[in-house]
Amino acid sequence: SLSENAKCDVHKLEEGPPLQAVLTREEGLQYYRTMQTMRRMELKSDQLYKQKIIRGFCHLYDGQEACAVGIEAGINLTDHLITAYRAHGYTLTRGGTVREIMAELTGRRGGIAKGKGGSMHMYTKHFYGGNGIVGAQVPLGAGVALACKYLGKNELCVCLYGDGAANQGQIFETYNMASLWKLPCIFICENNKYGMGTSVERAAASTDYFKRGDFIPGLRVDGMDVLCVREATKFAAEHCRSGKGPILMELQTYRYHGHSMSDPGISYRTREEIQEVRSKSDPISMLKDRMLSNNMASVEELKEIDVEVRKEIEDAAQFATTDPEPPLDDLCNHIFYNDPPMEVRGTNPWTKLKSVS
Amino acid sequence: MASLRCLLRSGKTAVRAVLRREFHGTPPAAVQVTVRDALNQAMDEELERDERVFLLGEEVAQYDGAYKVSRGLWKKYGDKRIIDTPITEMGFAGIAVGAAMAGLRPICEFMTFNFSMQAIDQVINSAAKTYYMSAGRQSVPIVFRGPNGASAGVAAQHSQCFAAWYGHCPGLKVVSPWSAEDARGLLKSAIRDDNPVVFLENELMYGVPFEMSEESQSKDFLIPIGKAKIERQGNHITVVSHSRMVSLCLDAAAVLAKEGIECEVINMRTIRPLDAEAIETSVMKTNHLITVEGGWPQFGVGGEILARIMEGPAFNYLDAPAVRVTGVDIPMPYAKILEDNSVPQIKDIIFSVKKTLNA
Repeated sequence: SLSENAKCDVHKLEEGPPLQAVLTREEGLQYYRTMQTMRRMELKSDQLYKQKIIRGFCHLYDGQEACAVGIEAGINLTDHLITAYRAHGYTLTRGGTVREIMAELTGRRGGIAKGKGGSMHMYTKHFYGGNGIVGAQVPLGAGVALACKYLGKNELCVCLYGDGAANQGQIFETYNMASLWKLPCIFICENNKYGMGTSVERAAASTDYFKRGDFIPGLRVDGMDVLCVREATKFAAEHCRSGKGPILMELQTYRYHGHSMSDPGISYRTREEIQEVRSKSDPISMLKDRMLSNNMASVEELKEIDVEVRKEIEDAAQFATTDPEPPLDDLCNHIFYNDPPMEVRGTNPWTKLKSVS
Repeated sequence: MASLRCLLRSGKTAVRAVLRREFHGTPPAAVQVTVRDALNQAMDEELERDERVFLLGEEVAQYDGAYKVSRGLWKKYGDKRIIDTPITEMGFAGIAVGAAMAGLRPICEFMTFNFSMQAIDQVINSAAKTYYMSAGRQSVPIVFRGPNGASAGVAAQHSQCFAAWYGHCPGLKVVSPWSAEDARGLLKSAIRDDNPVVFLENELMYGVPFEMSEESQSKDFLIPIGKAKIERQGNHITVVSHSRMVSLCLDAAAVLAKEGIECEVINMRTIRPLDAEAIETSVMKTNHLITVEGGWPQFGVGGEILARIMEGPAFNYLDAPAVRVTGVDIPMPYAKILEDNSVPQIKDIIFSVKKTLNA
């Protein structure tokens, strides 16, 4: 079916993405399923965290599903992607399974990083994490884009950061080099209005994040609408692949949870605000309504997907809570790649531990 | 392949012929090569050998390198492989690490390692730790290189030694060459290594010529990372050092030899992993140990060596406490007389040897 997209604000561009998009039934069902899986996975993680089965940092993505799903729909799996610490959704869209994501959160040997990385350090093919240092992933992403250009495979790199990171100096350093060298890099700012407990107005002299790339063309996109995100990403990808250099997208989105599980998320914003977004702009509800009103799916069909998703999450949670922790033998492994086995000092001089690649 | 067949067929003569053709007209057999030229040749050969290798940093291309280490490379390899960056260390170090993650083999030059402090997060958190955090999924084959430590008259902000800082971190290999042979063999090994390597050069050594053996001029001459070299054999005391200080240790050893004191001078070559075994073996022979470094004393390279000796089999062989000779614990001053007295001099090494030997 044809759908009307909101017009994107543009910066240094003649025109933005098309105002109309075609959504097929298959696509709609697939986006719905993926977003719902993402949503339920995050909510289950919330539960497990409160039960103290997940510990440490846990930055949940619920509310922002349209960003991850829309972006992936606009690129290929052979393209590359890197993001910051709110990364569970991207790990999923980039080929990770719910099982291995959740088992990583619970620190088990079946985790996607064998329990050694945790929430912020998950990797898949052409997905470079999961990065804990705010802003550091942006130069990394431009480096990946440099490799894409160097190797001549017509691939690009999507390089994500938040409204908080957007003020980081290294991001401006990266804009400069990506532009100078015409790197095939889509910079994407996921603006969820708050950097931890600080609202955008209190952190940025200019909150027009899509303009902050200055000489880099930019567009501001409704990040709650998966089709808008997809069309904008396709537009941006075309720009990169045609050799024009980097482009910047600001996705206006919202997170229902606080910054992390240790932040209730209501000291710096009101419950009313959160509730308003849930009722008026929830990405999954919006897609569902769109599909139902266009007769692309029935209520029962979508309910069935919900049931399947719930089961998948339950099974994954079951695995994540019963899989054993990594063996102690694995403690010192994976220091160096392609190296002979070596000795690592333990906590005292008599303890010598083994390390293999 | 043709050159290999040639090699197998006629042995030594063929080797000479091959070397003559491929080594820029320099005759084989021992030659004098400066550290700078050794580094240059190593990079040239590795760039030629593997298309994925490239160099980026400030002034490395059109300026021929701030210290001329990359002279001629841009002319030969062009913009794609030799990249001038803006003065944005954090950004370009991150870009280099990202490129390594995505399949290239970057050499990231810091004009001096003092500037690497701006980028140190990318070296440690993005490069060093990633293979571990990803449980072996994501490797980072990158070399960070540049001059380290004191130079001459460049004052406090441009004179720091980073051997201890980088040597502290698991996931990194840290190399500190002294001679031209070290520079050549270790840089080639570093570039071929699939892991992040911090390669600490020394500006004052760039222009120093060393005799290089015929063997060391081969394109596949590699020095293994993690193995120290005994530069001078001796029975009375073990003197362990790295980088430029090795020269001073050898000079001190020559003076001491005239008084009948024979020093065994060990060139560490690698800071991390530290070749503790080589040092222990020596100490078990000489029963005395001093370490000599240009960096500051507290929490430094010498401190680590002494701790390892304490904890290992060589402790029982010590006839005197092991001591460290280091830079003075102050920011580097500018005036020559002050600067000269801020780093170990030959007389300081001689003095410390004699004190340790109670001579």
